[in-house]
Amino acid sequence: MQTVTAGEVGSGTQRPAPATPPNGKAKAKAKAKAKAKLSAGARAERRLGWALCAPAVVVILAVTGYPIGYAIYLSLRRYDLRFPDDSKFVGLSNYGTVLTSSLWWQALAVTVIIAAISVAIQFVLGMALALAMHRALVGRGLIRTVILIPYGIVTVVAAFGWRYAWTPDTGYLSHLFGDSAPLSSQVWGISVIILAEVWKTTPFMALLLLAGLALVPEELLRAAKVDGATAWQRLTRIMLPLMKPAILVALLFRMLDAFRIFDSIYVLTAGAYDTRSVSILGYDNLFTALNLGVGSSLSVLIFLVVALVAFVFVKGFGTAAPGRESRR
Amino acid sequence: MTTVASTPASGAAGATGATGAGSAAGGAKARPRRPSGERNALLGWSVANLVIVALSLVPLLWLVSLSFKTPDSISDGRFLPRHWTFENYRGIFAESLFTRALLNSLGIALISTVLAVVLGSMAAYAIARLDFPGKGLLVGLALLIAMFPQISLVSPMFNLWRQTGIFDTWIGLIIPYLTFSLPLAIYTLSAFFREIPWDLEKAAQVDGATPWQAFLRVIAPLAAPGMVTTAILVFIFCWNDFLFAISLTSTERSRTVPAAIAFFTGASEFAQPIGSIAAAAVVITIPIIIFVLLFQRRIVAGLTSGAVKG
Repeated sequence: MQTVTAGEVGSGTQRPAPATPPNGKAKAKAKAKAKAKLSAGARAERRLGWALCAPAVVVILAVTGYPIGYAIYLSLRRYDLRFPDDSKFVGLSNYGTVLTSSLWWQALAVTVIIAAISVAIQFVLGMALALAMHRALVGRGLIRTVILIPYGIVTVVAAFGWRYAWTPDTGYLSHLFGDSAPLSSQVWGISVIILAEVWKTTPFMALLLLAGLALVPEELLRAAKVDGATAWQRLTRIMLPLMKPAILVALLFRMLDAFRIFDSIYVLTAGAYDTRSVSILGYDNLFTALNLGVGSSLSVLIFLVVALVAFVFVKGFGTAAPGRESRR
Repeated sequence: MTTVASTPASGAAGATGATGAGSAAGGAKARPRRPSGERNALLGWSVANLVIVALSLVPLLWLVSLSFKTPDSISDGRFLPRHWTFENYRGIFAESLFTRALLNSLGIALISTVLAVVLGSMAAYAIARLDFPGKGLLVGLALLIAMFPQISLVSPMFNLWRQTGIFDTWIGLIIPYLTFSLPLAIYTLSAFFREIPWDLEKAAQVDGATPWQAFLRVIAPLAAPGMVTTAILVFIFCWNDFLFAISLTSTERSRTVPAAIAFFTGASEFAQPIGSIAAAAVVITIPIIIFVLLFQRRIVAGLTSGAVKG
């Protein structure tokens, strides 16, 4: 960040007025060396920058930071909504309750399974889809339009579609595996949940990968082909390594998103037959068990797990923290 | 509905032409013509594309079909209705349960979108154009907050909302929607704003435009597409929300459509009103389809912006 920061010092205030060509990057870089110290103009720019960001930052802190802090506070208290007056500080005992409960570990396992399998399938299918779109000269716009529909559609709506598709008698898919009711067993329930998840979000994965594919130089692929590389070799030795940053970002996005899966499980199985995800468990704890203390410790634990996943991706795999200044 | 079902083809045909002209999103270069030896491969990919189109649309068409089925044929398991009826649509629009929810959904999503885009534009302008310490951190954090597990916010908000009396109100949903819409807006807008040639503003002023004219005639038209795209994306995400909507509302007063659908009840307690649910599902899908058909290229640019360059 340091270099980028220095690179644009004063760019807003002391830019030479005459019509400069739009690509000010090189110019800004050259200026970086000239301006090592902060001028008054740069200080004013800083102040304006902070002032413009302040409303958004304050709102974000107020709407997320405060509730999270409050959740941590609640998680340290005994707080049953049926006996609100009987609330008191109990230290970490709510966490003990959650961490020794088989429900938590089962929900965590189900969530991890759903997230891992669906993201793996999405990656393979998304890659195939991206290649298909990349190669297709005709109909590329059509494909892009059509696959955006599953991604844009309301999750609950999609889940109802799948649910009725598998409902015995009603659904067009219900006789696919004989007379069984797929949504009333754990393995099949989870499979349908994964199917719904894959159907809905593979397009997003594909679009991210397609954008990454555009960065692979066509000449390189042609050269490899001339040298006798097979299609598979071109994919694994050239495309995938070059696309690694885009792939990691796509996987990170999808993992974090898959981890908070709630809507489709709620509609498809409502968490019955041991298909609860951690989000469903948290919801049940709040609205069925009415236990705010334990529910809040669940909230904090889920938050920590998600933070851990993000940390592993960013630090462990070297995923470029998305949204940083573009380095071109 | 037949009209909606048939539009993808025509709408997309237009989009295809546009894509060829400038796929800014993917940044793909125009490829030279292929030798005839590659025709087979091309044919293969085209067949693959047809399969993709079918797989993407079938689950949606199934809901459309269900919504047109008569009550007695709804559980016949056939993909297409034997007898077509508009009764399901007439039914849901006669119920305040649905119409009120539609109003709530629209109002809450629109207000959240406007708030997010206004606040987000200010921050994104600063991030794209000004230099100040901490801006990289801000964008990174915004993205992580947008990917935040929402269930973590539900328990504390549920309690806070009950204590402050905003449980089951519009504002009680707008606030949680800001937790994802505002970071998303900042992230997407700053990626768009970075692409704007801001120097043109100065150039216009040199050519004699007042600062206001320079902003209005030069910068605003350049910034508008990014803001519209961001607004669409944010709106879709708000429109989509289910968890906050079922957790922080309890009556028609503020319940949005996704939550209301889950509470639809049929004639008897055990018979789920499949036809009504399907009809309501189709209705709330229509705005999404319109957005996708009109703004396909921009939506893709918005979804993938930053993620690749980052």
